[in-house]
Amino acid sequence: MSGIKQKSLKLYQWFDRRLGLVKPITEAAEHPIPKSSASWWYVFGSAAAMIFGLQIVTGILLALIYTPTAQHAWTSLIFINHNIPLGWFIRALHGWGSDFMVAIVIIHMTQVFMFGSYKYPRELTWIVGVFLLLMTLGMAFTGQVLRFDQDAYWGLGIGASIMGRVPWIGGELVHLMLGGPIIGATTFSRFFALHVFVIPGILLALVAVHVWMVLYLGISEWPMPGRLVRRSTYVKEYEAEIHQDGVPFVPDAAWKDVTFSAAIILAIMACAFFFGPIGPSGPPDPTIIQTVPKPDLPFLWVYAVFALAPPALETPLLLITPIVVICAMLGLPLYAGEGEKHWSRRPVAVLMVSVIAVSLSILTSLGQHPPWSPVMDAWSGDAVQPKYLKGRTPLQRQGALVFQQMQCRNCHALGGLGGQRGPDLDMVATRLSESELIRQVLQGGGNMPAYGNALSPPQVTALVSFLETLNGNERPAQNDVHRLMQSESAQSPGHSSDESQ
Amino acid sequence: MKKPWKDLFKHPIIENPLDQPSEHSRRKFLFKVAVLLNGAVGAVLAVPVLGYLLGPVFKRNDSYNHWVPVGNLDQFPPGETRLGRYRNPEGTPADGQTRTLPCWVRNIDNTRFQVFAINCAHMECPVHWFPQSKLFMCPCHGGVYYQDGAVAAGPPPRGLYQYKYKVAGNQLMIWAGELPTLSTQASIAKPGSKTCLG
Repeated sequence: MSGIKQKSLKLYQWFDRRLGLVKPITEAAEHPIPKSSASWWYVFGSAAAMIFGLQIVTGILLALIYTPTAQHAWTSLIFINHNIPLGWFIRALHGWGSDFMVAIVIIHMTQVFMFGSYKYPRELTWIVGVFLLLMTLGMAFTGQVLRFDQDAYWGLGIGASIMGRVPWIGGELVHLMLGGPIIGATTFSRFFALHVFVIPGILLALVAVHVWMVLYLGISEWPMPGRLVRRSTYVKEYEAEIHQDGVPFVPDAAWKDVTFSAAIILAIMACAFFFGPIGPSGPPDPTIIQTVPKPDLPFLWVYAVFALAPPALETPLLLITPIVVICAMLGLPLYAGEGEKHWSRRPVAVLMVSVIAVSLSILTSLGQHPPWSPVMDAWSGDAVQPKYLKGRTPLQRQGALVFQQMQCRNCHALGGLGGQRGPDLDMVATRLSESELIRQVLQGGGNMPAYGNALSPPQVTALVSFLETLNGNERPAQNDVHRLMQSESAQSPGHSSDESQ
Repeated sequence: MKKPWKDLFKHPIIENPLDQPSEHSRRKFLFKVAVLLNGAVGAVLAVPVLGYLLGPVFKRNDSYNHWVPVGNLDQFPPGETRLGRYRNPEGTPADGQTRTLPCWVRNIDNTRFQVFAINCAHMECPVHWFPQSKLFMCPCHGGVYYQDGAVAAGPPPRGLYQYKYKVAGNQLMIWAGELPTLSTQASIAKPGSKTCLG
């Protein structure tokens, strides 16, 4: 036994004599950190790095089969899903790993912000971190393009549209992004190069710098209310703290990092197993226009902003906001590099995080079921329920037919089914009188198209007589006589004969 | 405090020559010249690299466009709007399906046509034509256009992009070749203005 032990020790010494890395690595691993920092709140950075590792491994595995051309990418993903043993699972791991990585990076950043860890002397660590976030989002976007399905194809269109809005050099930027005149093979290949070579290379280098700075400057201590960061005294105080109350990073803090990373990887595996791979949706054939393109989860909120922003403000919002936000994030530690770290003494910081978190959540959930998009097949897919047809006159039923045939349903729900772009029409007769309905149908307005050219007078008559029955079966319908009487006296009017359905 | 990187760059055998003071020497001068030379080589190398990268940028906007057929006239009956398909004039062998592009062809009265790009002027999503209500609707952010391409509702900043067209024999040809955006427009014509007749 001792012979083997001796031999392996000699082998180790042979390597270490030539490599010289064991000692510095051991010292780095065991470097002292404040005892308070060996916390479950300090595990997100290492988890992000762990997921990055998972993405590299699963990415290389996918690259063994994936065919990176516009012509064959989609087909090869279908092939991986169905013909390669466990191919679906590796794709699922890579897809879910991407969503988890974005989420964990954002959580890590929020924690660092709330704990004031970006303050002196860790300003540059934060700035590098901002670039790491941007690169992570870049990976998520380019990865979505490599799925090269309908969503990817039209997502590239959205990218081109944003480039096209840049003043003066818009056209040049569109061509630079597309690599040619249309979304095609050259467009696909440049996103492949970005996703597989350029951004991962930058990510690896920035992660190395980020981790180096964490080692060089030490892990930030747990913030205490009233304990201010001052450039003149901070380093002395920090060194005194780890001298008095320091613990080695490995194993005192590292066991929590490693445990959390394992839990996260397990969660990714569970999502991959139970929910399966993400996409691909239909093939990237632009002539298949029966599609409702939507971005991936990390970008759903952007999609919502595009729909909800006032059209006149859209272009400035699109072009200026990202620059302002990125500059604000980069400038934060330079502006607020000293002072209070604890969240209880930084109400503005807490308010900012709350507002941003709530806004992004609302926008993302809106993006999942967008109320601003017409439901393209509601007119032929969602039937008018019998309760709206029972006991109606032939003219009113004809009106229901016009209502369906003219795609009104695509934007207006009836009985909870249909689009939400316009108001629900279940109670429309209680809001608008006959003449107001006719005007609205013919002239549109309030973001509704005018139907004057599309409808014949008999169709309008039928449609409006149907709409007049939509009073929820309880309240009296609005009509012109009511309006007149309301304006003349405050007396509430009785039922008129044509609306007592 | 013990720094973990202390020994990282310290070679165990060789003394670092930088630890010793040095003076100006011929080698230092030669090194500087070599660095300058390297910079010059790099600058020369950058020319083809940038030329390769920015190739698509330097091409004039309209030079991508050519006359391409979208189909026989009998595919587009008068008074109706139908989906036309064309093969983009420029492309690469690996484009696959992405090189065949759709467009909406409106035959007004057999002599006048309107050919609209499939892309919504808002965010390039594919608009659908509904012949019953005579509207184009976009599935992404709710842009709606009338049959002549003018904005009817929603966020689009302008009407649908239109291609120039001409009738050659029995074929409808359009002047097409690049993705229309607010900066790279399909045609000089805007909805409502006169388009060139074949």
